[in-house]
Order: sequence, then structure tokens, then C-alpha cells
Amino acid sequence: MQILLNGERFATDTDNLDALCAKLGFAEAKVATAVNGNFVAAAARSQTHLVESDEVEIVAPRQGG
Amino acid sequence: MFELCGTPFTSRMLLGTAGYSSPDVLRQAVEASGAEIVTVSLRRESARVRTGQGFWALIEQLGRRVLPNTAGCHTAKEAIATAEMARELFGTNWIKLEVIANDDTLQPDLFGLVEAATVLCAEGFEVLPYTTEDLGAAERLVAAGCTVLMPWAAPIGSARGLVNKTALQSLRAYFPDTPLIIDAGIGTPSHAAEAMELGYDAVLLNTAVAKAGDPVKMAESFAKAIQAGRMAFEAGIVEPRDMGSPSTPVAGTPFFKIDHAS
Repeated sequence: MQILLNGERFATDTDNLDALCAKLGFAEAKVATAVNGNFVAAAARSQTHLVESDEVEIVAPRQGG
Repeated sequence: MFELCGTPFTSRMLLGTAGYSSPDVLRQAVEASGAEIVTVSLRRESARVRTGQGFWALIEQLGRRVLPNTAGCHTAKEAIATAEMARELFGTNWIKLEVIANDDTLQPDLFGLVEAATVLCAEGFEVLPYTTEDLGAAERLVAAGCTVLMPWAAPIGSARGLVNKTALQSLRAYFPDTPLIIDAGIGTPSHAAEAMELGYDAVLLNTAVAKAGDPVKMAESFAKAIQAGRMAFEAGIVEPRDMGSPSTPVAGTPFFKIDHAS
């Protein structure tokens, strides 16, 4: 299915947010997630089902003012 | 010594971490500034580059309290979700709340700001709102649960200094017990000193240090100016006068004549 991952179209056969993060190599990484504009806590990723056209954000720390 | 959200701090300078020429320059600037709080942000993480992981390691090395921001958010909903992600990522319930109204001026959307602050305070965040000098908005933010206010001096990155000094003085007078931090628009150490002389509790800046010819020297310069401005405020500044007033006693000066004294 197609989702929007960090603003870009992304094809995946994974329909679980935790599995998607692991597949991208973020299993142990310092990241936070949101789906369709709503924050998804790390502990809730494994219960978060993804469907076609979902908008997934995976973010990490960066410099800021 | 002053307190923010129940935590005591010695330094009244908060420093942004963006725009430095290298991580080492950032590290040196933070050390030179003496800042105990540094601002950070969130970015979309690339599976290939993983830039954020390296930055996190640097932040841990700095050993300062981090204040995450919601930079780039244009709605309350975006800011709320960003704050929630930041809380998990950085392990702090402190958030520098930004809801931007306009990309050209980067001025805060005060309506969205109050809306987001209300939700986040109810969720247990310590919300430090990037706001304007608007008194009505400040009242709403305090009513929402904000214990600190961060009015701009001028638009972010503009280096204009205290554009509306009179309103900033009113805000200080109206909220004598609320920590007020000037956030954004500071260009020179004298701007920062001026803010501190008004009785502001602290100054948050980034661009003026990061983009200086020598960011490390400029960080130290700001630290000294902020300290000097605070000392001046505590010392009690004389009132300005419209006419001159001799500092040297007049009576008893050579050739003194009473006619000249009128």
C-alpha cells in the first residue's frame, strides 16, 4: 500500500507502525511518531494499524532556536 | 538566581542550537555563554542519513537542560502533536510553544497559541509561549496555565532589538511576578542588556550568536551584557530628565555667582 512517510509517497507492505519503524532501522533509534497529525507514543506503536494513504511522521532531535 | 517552572537557574541567557558552522562551534558557544538551557527542535528523520541521532549525542554531551520548540507549526493541532512528540523524545515536559501566523514576519498566531497552550497545560506541560508584547494575549496565556511568558523583541532572526519598548515595559509592569523572557529579535549585546535593564528575567537568542563572525566570542559578550543589564536593574536606574542637571555641586565652585544658578 501507499502511505505518506515524512511527506513523501512510500510503498510498504507493513501495516503496523512499530514494524514500519523497525523495517526502516529505527527500532533502537531516538525517534518519535505521529499518524495523521496525531502523536503516537512509542508504547502504542505496536497497536497502531496503518491503512492506505495514512500520513506517518517519524522525527528525531535537531538543532533549534 | 531566578526560577523557571519551579527550577532555579543562575544564568539568565537561553541559547538556541541552530545555525552554527559546526557542532564544535556550537559546543564552544554554549560553554562560553554559560547558558543552562538550550533550545532544540524536531526534524523528519531519514532512514539513510539519521542526522538526528548524531545531534542527540551532542546534546547529551552538552549536559544542559533542553527546551524543545514547536518551530514551523502553523496550527494549534500541529503544535500540540509536535509538543507531544518532543516530550517523549527529549524526556521533558517543557515546551517552547510556537504557533506561527506568517512566514514572512514569523509573528506568533496568538489565537492558535492560546488554543494550544490551553490543551498542553492541561496535559501537564510547562508551556513557555513565544508570544508578542500584546497584553491581552499574555493574560489569556497566563489564564491557560503558562507560568512564563516569552514575548518577542522583534521578528525571529531580524536582529532589530526591542522594537516596541514601551509595550514591553507595560508588560513587565503588569506581570511583576511572572518570569518574562525576551525571545527573538535580539541582534546585539546592547539589545539584550536593554531588555534586562527593563527588568526582564532572561533573554533567549540564537541567530545573533550563531551567525556572528566569532560565535564563541559573541556568546561570551552576550553573557556579560545580560549580566550587566540585570545588575543595573537590581542597582536601580536613575530616571531620565528633559533638562541637564549638574553632577558636580554648583555651590562653592570658583567664580560662582548666585545669578548664574537660576
